[in-house]
Amino acid sequence: MTDTPLSLIRNFSIIAHIDHGKSTLADRLIQACGALTAREMTNQVLDNMDIERERGITIKAQTVRLTYPAKDGNTYVLNLMDTPGHVDFAYEVSRSLAACEGSLLVVDASQGVEAQTLANVYQAIDANHEIVPILNKIDLPAAEPERVRAQIEDVIGIPADDAVGISAKTGLNIEGVLEALVTRLPPPTGDATAPLQALLVDSWYDAYLGVIILVRIMQGRLKRGDKIRMMASGAVYAVDQVGVFAPRMVPVDDLGPGEMGYINAAIKTVADCNVGDTITDDRRPATQALAGFKPSIPVVWCGLYPIDADDFEKLRDSLSKLRLNDASFHYEAETSAALGFGFRCGFLGLLHLEIIQERLSREFNLDLIATAPSVVYRLYRTNGGMEELHNPADMPDSSLIEKVEEPWINATIMVPDDYLGPVLSLCSERRGIQKDLTYVGNRAMAVYRLPLNEVVFDFYDRLKSISRGYASFDYQMDDYQESDLVRISILVNQEPVDALSFIAHRSAAESRGRSICAKLKELIPRQLFKIAIQAAIGSRVIARETIGALSKDVTAKCYGGDISRKRKLLEKQKEGKKRMRQFGKVEIPQSAFLAALKMD
Amino acid sequence: MRTHAQSEPSVALYVHWPFCRSKCPYCDFNSHVRERIDQTRFAAALRRELATEAAALGRRPLRSIFFGGGTPSLMDPQTTADLIADARALFDAEPNLEITLEANPTSVEAGALAAFAQAGVNRISLGVQSLDDAALRFLGREHSATQAVAALETARRLFGRLSFDLIYARPGQTLAAWRSELDTALTLVSDHLSLYQLTIEPGTVFEGAARRGLFALPDEDASAALYEQTATVAARHGLAAYEVSNYARPGCESRHNLGYWRYQDYIGIGPGAHGRLTRADGLHATRRHRAPEPWAERVERTGSGTTHDDLLSQQDCAREMLLMGLRLDEGIDGTHFAARTGMALEDALDPAILRAALEEDYLAWSIAPASTRLRATPSGRLRLEALLGALVL
Ligand SMILES: Nc1nc2c(ncn2[C@@H]2O[C@H](COP(=O)(O)OP(=O)(O)OP(=O)(O)O)[C@@H](O)[C@H]2O)c(=O)[nH]1
Ligand SMILES: C[S@@+](CC[C@H](N)C(=O)[O-])C[C@H]1O[C@@H](n2cnc3c(N)ncnc32)[C@H](O)[C@@H]1O
Ligand code: SF4
Ligand SMILES: [Mg+2]
Repeated sequence: MTDTPLSLIRNFSIIAHIDHGKSTLADRLIQACGALTAREMTNQVLDNMDIERERGITIKAQTVRLTYPAKDGNTYVLNLMDTPGHVDFAYEVSRSLAACEGSLLVVDASQGVEAQTLANVYQAIDANHEIVPILNKIDLPAAEPERVRAQIEDVIGIPADDAVGISAKTGLNIEGVLEALVTRLPPPTGDATAPLQALLVDSWYDAYLGVIILVRIMQGRLKRGDKIRMMASGAVYAVDQVGVFAPRMVPVDDLGPGEMGYINAAIKTVADCNVGDTITDDRRPATQALAGFKPSIPVVWCGLYPIDADDFEKLRDSLSKLRLNDASFHYEAETSAALGFGFRCGFLGLLHLEIIQERLSREFNLDLIATAPSVVYRLYRTNGGMEELHNPADMPDSSLIEKVEEPWINATIMVPDDYLGPVLSLCSERRGIQKDLTYVGNRAMAVYRLPLNEVVFDFYDRLKSISRGYASFDYQMDDYQESDLVRISILVNQEPVDALSFIAHRSAAESRGRSICAKLKELIPRQLFKIAIQAAIGSRVIARETIGALSKDVTAKCYGGDISRKRKLLEKQKEGKKRMRQFGKVEIPQSAFLAALKMD
Repeated sequence: MRTHAQSEPSVALYVHWPFCRSKCPYCDFNSHVRERIDQTRFAAALRRELATEAAALGRRPLRSIFFGGGTPSLMDPQTTADLIADARALFDAEPNLEITLEANPTSVEAGALAAFAQAGVNRISLGVQSLDDAALRFLGREHSATQAVAALETARRLFGRLSFDLIYARPGQTLAAWRSELDTALTLVSDHLSLYQLTIEPGTVFEGAARRGLFALPDEDASAALYEQTATVAARHGLAAYEVSNYARPGCESRHNLGYWRYQDYIGIGPGAHGRLTRADGLHATRRHRAPEPWAERVERTGSGTTHDDLLSQQDCAREMLLMGLRLDEGIDGTHFAARTGMALEDALDPAILRAALEEDYLAWSIAPASTRLRATPSGRLRLEALLGALVL
């Protein structure tokens, strides 16, 4: 590959709304280029994490290097990047876009343009990409390629005359996609003799190899044995191996400008690897770093605590390793009276939160409890100070607060006409302000300003359920605005459960307080003594429930002289109490809090 | 840790007969069905094991003897007679020694009752289980209600003291149905009843059936109501709930079982039998091999079928004494507790839970001039497992 001229390289991202068929198209391209044999293929072969396969979604962007003998007689090197569609993984998309010159915009011809289609294509346009629209799933009887072609032009405003109609599933017209790639996308530029500038696109931790880095070479060359320098940290490493994903890891001698590949440099300090950093040659460094990526800004925070307090250090180590592979989540240590030592973690959304939690438990074998998610508030103190607040437990007494501002978003919701009514009422229920309502055929596109807080609280699930899954949703952060916000504390037998407290608009406080008390009543098994559950704002109780004492718990059976067995049972019972949290005289299984926290 | 340095602690004797004619679907006791039982072999092994244990313990006061099972009424009455005679010879039997035999109320076994009386048994505990034929079939029993009543008649004539077992809180059993069954039962016996709630035990036929949803036990509230009604009905007939599931006219309690609940010493011989014995270094928990033939073989080889003989820690003793003692209405005497465990009663309990349980009226102190007792009230006893789990350190 060292001798691939730039003119024969094409780097592209596949972007689309969720489920429009990006990963399936990647499968076909991989096959058409002979990178994997039929026997090695599986559906969505690039979705190699268990969670991705189980949920049928892409979470991590993936890179594959393909070779394609085109009709013009040349053999091209194609670097494909499959990206996730879900809004919570937008950071993966933006980094992929920065590594490529063009995008395949996949649109499901039976669904049309959706919220995430718009969000992603605008990002690609911002990244100066050449865009090739692909009309996918034309094998479906419900496909309307002509209508969708017109929609792309009307709604997105890009030409779609020569959009390529395909079926990624059946393989129909994959040749058309490959030819469009080589004829319509620009080749990369770069100077092989210039000092090395490689963009650090992604990284991950491999139990055997240590840290692995994915780079896009912008200028210069990178080869095995080179001494590289991370421009942000200044750390220097010797390159052990250079290679490409084909899609398996294949070592190569070197990588030139316009190419993508991996580096393994026995990097010990995980903190030295920052996505967006520029890697240069230590002996002949570039004078300037590349622009890098805008840092991701978490919009949702929650506490993550090890269920077993002894796992705290393991959690810290796991978080640092996982962060290598996902720069869009953030963490800092914190403590909770109810849960002990843990971390405050920031995410791009609720699905992101859920996925990180699950990856920690699967990949690092950790048992965790998560507190209620919170957005980032701006708190102005009466003494003039301003601070960002994303842990309800940190909210000071109301006498010290001048005002609190909460973040608002601009949300775009696309939904078939039939479900518009309930969707609009959901938005207004959540304090939304309608900004626009337009129709594209029988689909409505509603643009709303909404407080993010309201979206974090089960909005997405509600939207899906009232639209039977047909509504799609995307949002951008807008601004902050003053709001009448209060902290609701949850008390068990008069003792606050810090992990359950939350911030809400005063108008929603009572109903949410009631619903969480009702939930806890369902989730907490009856105990030896009765349990009072209360929701309170300051000292004012706004909701309460009582869990009566259990009515009977005695084995009315003959044990004879086998006392050992009864003692063993007692010991087992006491062992089980390690998973309980004490509230005065009652002990509540941690699983109840977990379940309560999980429900929204 | 010995109670009285000079006088040896008294013991009770438990003899386990591990055979039954068929295995009841709810039962997880150490019982086995054999086509033919080698009576001579098991009789000899039981006698030998008793002799071995007695030699190790020395001559101690003997409080009671209990033949349990399994179905000890399937034992040759001569074996019973021999074991009673051995025990009397090896230990200092108290006057009026209580000697109980568990018997099943089939006609065959009822026929053997006279021989057991002859052998020295003076108290019978009949496994009646129910007075309803459909329930007896459900429980997989080999006798009918009529046979049970007949066996009771026979037993009443032969033995000074009589008790029987019933299993209630069966699937679908209503409060009214149980009340009437219990009323009938209370006319049949006047001094002692063991009233157990059906419990699904791991590894039994019923466990599988319940898991497959073939039947379901009454829920917590229903079972509480049945339990409370039981005490009320028994009390109306003059029987007090002196233990979680045992009811007696005052003075007619099972002395042998009281020994377990009061956490006194007992010897357990026979397959799977447990013992608690004070030896020179403290209180030991003993256990014999569970399987009948390997047990017998061990006894024949070494004189004893013991597989475990473990010194109990102070905490083990405290826990055991608490979980047994709080089952009794009389509760636990603080002085006895300290003497037996070497630890003050309060030191074995979580102070916050103790306070809350006293407040909630689950526990009560009764303070008399010579003794301070901690007892679980009826309402505390109803929730005893949860109470113990929280209370016992
Ligand atoms: N009928 C039909 N189904 C298709 C076609 N392409 C993809 N699918 C199906 O659409 C579903 C989603 O496909 P994916 O390739 O996972 O979609 P994706 O865009 O990668 O999804 P995310 O990564 O989660 O955003 C799968 O069930 C595919 O089998 C097609 O051309 N025709
Ligand atoms: C040692 S057992 C058996 C005595 C005798 N073999 C009989 O079946 O009559 C003593 C008593 O425990 C009770 N019992 C046994 N298994 C039980 C269960 N699973 N639930 C409730 N009581 C049980 C029965 O009432 C039984 O009579
Ligand atoms: S309940 Fe009694 S008769 Fe039935 S198997 Fe158990 S010990 Fe034997
Ligand atoms: Mg995908």
